[in-house]
Amino acid sequence: MDASLPAHMRPERSFQGFILALQRFWAEQGCVILQPYDMEMGAGTFHPATTLRALGPKPWNAAYVQPSRRPKDGRYGENPNRMQHYYQFQVIMKPSPPNLQELYLKSLAAIGIDSAVHDIRFVEDDWESPTLGAWGLGWECWCDGMEVSQFTYFQQVAGFECAPVAGELTYGLERLAMYVQGVDRVYDLNFNGRDGDAKVTYGDVFLQAEREYSKHNFEVADTAMLFEQFKMAEAACRKYLDAGWKDGKREAHLMALPAYDQCIKASHVFNLLDARGVISVTERQSYILRVRELAKACGEAWIHTEAGGAA
Amino acid sequence: MPDLLLELFSEEIPARMQAKAADDLRRMVTDKLVAEGLVYEGAKAFATPRRLALTVHGIPARQPDLKTERRGPKMGAPDAAVQGFLKATGLNSLDEAKIQRDPKGDFYIALIEKPGRAAIDVLAEILPVIIRTFPWPKSMRWGARSGKPGSLNWVRPLHAITATFGLETEEPDVVPFSVDGIEAGQTTYGHRFMAPSAISVRRFEDYEAKLKAAKVILDPQARKDIIFADAKELTFAQGFELVEDQVLLDEVSGLVEWPVVMMGSFEQEYLAIPEEVIRATIRNNQKCFVVRDSKTGKLTNKFVLTANIEAADGGKIIVAGNERVIRPRLSDAKFFYETDLKTKLEDRLPKFEQIVFHEKLGTQAARIKRIEVLAAEIAPLVGADVGKATRAAHLAKADLLTEVVGEFPEVQGLMGKYYALAQGEDASVAAACEEHYKPQGPADRVPTDPVSVAVALADKLDTLVGFWAIDEKPTGSKDPYALRRAALGVIRLIAENALRLSLMKVAASALAGLSVKPADAQKLPSDLLAFFADRLKVQLREQGARHDLVDAVFALGGQDDLLMIVRRVEALGKFLESDDGKNLLAGTKRASNILSIEEKKDKRTFDGAPDAALYSLGEEKALAKAIGEVQAEASAAVAKEDFAAAMSAMAKLRPPVDAFFDKVRVNDDDPKVRENRLKLLNEIRSATRAVADFSKIQD
Repeated sequence: MDASLPAHMRPERSFQGFILALQRFWAEQGCVILQPYDMEMGAGTFHPATTLRALGPKPWNAAYVQPSRRPKDGRYGENPNRMQHYYQFQVIMKPSPPNLQELYLKSLAAIGIDSAVHDIRFVEDDWESPTLGAWGLGWECWCDGMEVSQFTYFQQVAGFECAPVAGELTYGLERLAMYVQGVDRVYDLNFNGRDGDAKVTYGDVFLQAEREYSKHNFEVADTAMLFEQFKMAEAACRKYLDAGWKDGKREAHLMALPAYDQCIKASHVFNLLDARGVISVTERQSYILRVRELAKACGEAWIHTEAGGAA
Repeated sequence: MPDLLLELFSEEIPARMQAKAADDLRRMVTDKLVAEGLVYEGAKAFATPRRLALTVHGIPARQPDLKTERRGPKMGAPDAAVQGFLKATGLNSLDEAKIQRDPKGDFYIALIEKPGRAAIDVLAEILPVIIRTFPWPKSMRWGARSGKPGSLNWVRPLHAITATFGLETEEPDVVPFSVDGIEAGQTTYGHRFMAPSAISVRRFEDYEAKLKAAKVILDPQARKDIIFADAKELTFAQGFELVEDQVLLDEVSGLVEWPVVMMGSFEQEYLAIPEEVIRATIRNNQKCFVVRDSKTGKLTNKFVLTANIEAADGGKIIVAGNERVIRPRLSDAKFFYETDLKTKLEDRLPKFEQIVFHEKLGTQAARIKRIEVLAAEIAPLVGADVGKATRAAHLAKADLLTEVVGEFPEVQGLMGKYYALAQGEDASVAAACEEHYKPQGPADRVPTDPVSVAVALADKLDTLVGFWAIDEKPTGSKDPYALRRAALGVIRLIAENALRLSLMKVAASALAGLSVKPADAQKLPSDLLAFFADRLKVQLREQGARHDLVDAVFALGGQDDLLMIVRRVEALGKFLESDDGKNLLAGTKRASNILSIEEKKDKRTFDGAPDAALYSLGEEKALAKAIGEVQAEASAAVAKEDFAAAMSAMAKLRPPVDAFFDKVRVNDDDPKVRENRLKLLNEIRSATRAVADFSKIQD
């Protein structure tokens, strides 16, 4: 930890200091520090900086915070740690460096988790995203029995083999910060590191939103509209993908990113419909499959773009 | 003789894969050594979360020399053949070849001596192949090399290989090889946090000792012993008792290199949650053991955790951290449990109308209705109250929609029972909510409460008939709907509860309840019956009994009463172990063989009663008489379901059959006598069919 930091900026004092410490650590490892993607998504992995950049031969090191929307996990602000909106901190390094585990442990030290007094463990957890057509092997990282991060070596994304393989780290920020700050309720997290009247808690920032969105997600979200939106996003994605092939030949693609936005959109709309309980078990499978088909087609388009590594 | 030390040092290997990987490594290396003529004295393999290690001791320093002879061309053969021979054998000229005389001429023989190679060179060749072809259940690529084809696959990134070979008294050599850029050497590393520095090792003995000094216990059994002993001691010291859990112990020992056992606690109030749920929460999510109060036998508010580190503060932070994780988990579980209790099981049922059981078999709600109807039909056959069976079938699946089961699928059924009791259901109805899933496998308990039995049978038969109707039968190793397990469940429910029911009839009822109408509905129950016969055979084979007897009984046709089939098979098995049984089987087979030869010869069968007037010998008459008596007696016994008596009756057939074959020539010169005797043989065959089709019994 950096001793020169003012108290309110220290990772164990403030949520924002915590995020800044991680950003700074990974910036020092050569990552580009991106800002959140400006769309609703279920996990930081959906950010094109991970999904698409994991594909193709070009090296890529990035880190960013991504708000994650999990409509089904809303608890009206009444559960101490479940929320329909929370933050993930995402690191992707391609190719995965040989000392990625050590870097990860150093990052924990940077946010105040000392491996001399904590029990840090790598417990098998293979990651698979059916909607992204992606899988990898890795672990849940445990600190004193608590899952604090997900560590994955991507093997396949959007149905394509990763060559080279990217290493991905995902930190559940709130949970880690709660641990470091020693609070049991996420809403009690000190957000800005100040005391007294100047103190802003996580609850001050997000409790109202959790209540409102829980009601929205479970009770009110307009399902007819959402069904329609799903279809529209799916159709738009296909349309942009078709239109993106340069000169109509499947050699170079010019519009993978706009098409992928629609895939992200479809995925989130599906999550909302799922939270409203209007999708049956069998339908569920077919929706997941439809999103996956979009993700695969976007991945294919991406590897035919210049940034995706096409010659 | 020299020893091999091999260590593959990697990032954390999944706990569940370690034991098999160690075994695979030992097997693959030793098999290869033996195949290379290097017979070793002993081998042992180990695994920790970060390494696979193998020691093989007593490997010969060299392979034995191999001498082979190779036959070449005839003397005076064309030059091309001679040159080819010289080239293939490495001889400089024919002068170096021997000449062998042969009736076909004189041949050149090359004596080829292949000197054995040094074992270390053989190892350098086989080890990289073994590493590259190692059978991990799941493996991966990593790093910059994964950008190119042919990069190494390992369970997680492999970082170092230690491979030394040499005598105890000497400085060993490093086996010279590399895999995917990793050079074999003699450097490994200690505990990730407590002793991460490089360690130079020579051979197994100092390797194991140096690892121990570097806070790594290499032997998984030693780690298990430590965890188990420490956990027992720690709980005992406080007047508690560890709830032993072998599977968890195996897993936990695969998560640590240096086990440190500690005890934590949680708030008393969580003990209001059913014990199974507490245990599932703590075990599945936290990999911790739960603890019982030795006096009351009930769970206490303690848990035992295994850390991988001797913490600087003695573990205070670790214990506190684990407690902080377990608390919200239990709080969730308690909340789920209490929320569940607020809704009656039957009030959950409408939701099943939205849940598809299987595309072609309709919703869960439809399935529950079918099970109710079937359970009501089966109830009187198994001595269950129809009302209770219907009620139990109505509620049995409702807990699937509860929060607790959503979180911990392994307590499905059990929670149903708790919730049923909580809402004041009859004890049998509540029990059936849990027990109707049973038996889940060959080792699981079979329910005995008639209500549970009725619902369990209805549930399984609806599944079986349903998937048969939509032609989703198990094939080969594929059985996604666990239909084999369901059929075995039905067999065990019927046999172990001594139940009498016609499977064909019940299957027909189940079929009638389905909305799909298969094209070959007529055939379905008998197809399904054949599946039951197969399952019964498998079960008997696993019990070490004679499964071929099942075929002998099923071949009689019209057999759909499983209990009677099982009883008959048992009696038949006992009978065939007796001398009478063995000889009668031999006699019957002999009769069948003769008949089938003669039937083929004459292109006709020898059905119909023999003509008593044509008997000329006493043995013929005696046999005919015995057949008549035995058949009547055995059939009567079968009608009374007394299979033992039927078999004793059969035994009486043995002396006259033996005497007949002893004294009587079947193929008499008089065609009429011959025909009559063949008819008599046919009678033996049909008489034995009173108990089984003997032709289906294997010798």
